[in-house]
Amino acid sequence: MDNFTVGVVVFPGSNCDRDVSWALEGCLDIRTKYLWHESSDLSDVDAIVLPGGFSYGDYLRCGAIARFSPLINALDEFVKSGKRVLGICNGFQILTESGFLPGALTANKNLNFICDDVELDIISSKGGWFNNGGQKQTIKLPIAHGEGRYHCDSDTLKKLVDNELIALRYKNNPNGSSFDIAGITNEKGNVLGLMPHPERACDETIGGTDGLFTLKSLILK
Amino acid sequence: MDQFAVKVFVRLRPSVLDPAGEATKSASIKLGAEGIKSLRIGKMIEVKIEGNGENEVREKINLLCDRLFANTVIEDYEYSLEKL
Repeated sequence: MDNFTVGVVVFPGSNCDRDVSWALEGCLDIRTKYLWHESSDLSDVDAIVLPGGFSYGDYLRCGAIARFSPLINALDEFVKSGKRVLGICNGFQILTESGFLPGALTANKNLNFICDDVELDIISSKGGWFNNGGQKQTIKLPIAHGEGRYHCDSDTLKKLVDNELIALRYKNNPNGSSFDIAGITNEKGNVLGLMPHPERACDETIGGTDGLFTLKSLILK
Repeated sequence: MDQFAVKVFVRLRPSVLDPAGEATKSASIKLGAEGIKSLRIGKMIEVKIEGNGENEVREKINLLCDRLFANTVIEDYEYSLEKL
């Protein structure tokens, strides 16, 4: 797909970086480049994925240490330029910790690490992250997290609702998230954070393809 | 330069559910402890730090608490400070 290149960020402790790259290259023919967290040169990538995992061992809080990496410092300019950033699971936690998205992600209500397929309602079309031609309003994606309970205060929740920033809601809330929230965007729509893993749902042989639309939308301008 | 020992307490805000605290409360009751009305778990961070006087050190600790030690979306903090 031309020279469009998606940067996949690698922190110490990331463990879904290869999956994301595999899904983009193997299933969608989109070129990827691994970006080590110490790098602050984002000049040759057109979109960025912050993958799942346990960056810096999840020490202190999930995503709290990653926030101070040179790469995340450089992300501000990248986001302001309108380029797309997708944070999956630990990537979502990093985006909230670093203030790119509001709210926070905390321990699941039942304390279990939940590894399951979940049904999700597509709430907002902001950013076109879930545009599947209007065929599906509900999609199925895998989740795998211990700290995925989205929390925000009531003012923030109102802002999320009023500005159509809630991208995905769980049909059967697995972790106690406020308002069943599974994913949100920023106001511009070019940053999406979500707990489910679209990269693990890109091939029928491993259980579904509902993640393809989200990864494919990285190339939207 | 003065040296200070600082103890920072980070707690989930009262409005935020603390599942680990609830689980520990449940185990405490199973242990036979009576009368537990509430149990919540936080963190304590000990820092030894140098600075020119207490005010300068407080500024540094406030920055650390606001930007790193606590996520103020879900957590509150307080600290005590002792000159060494």
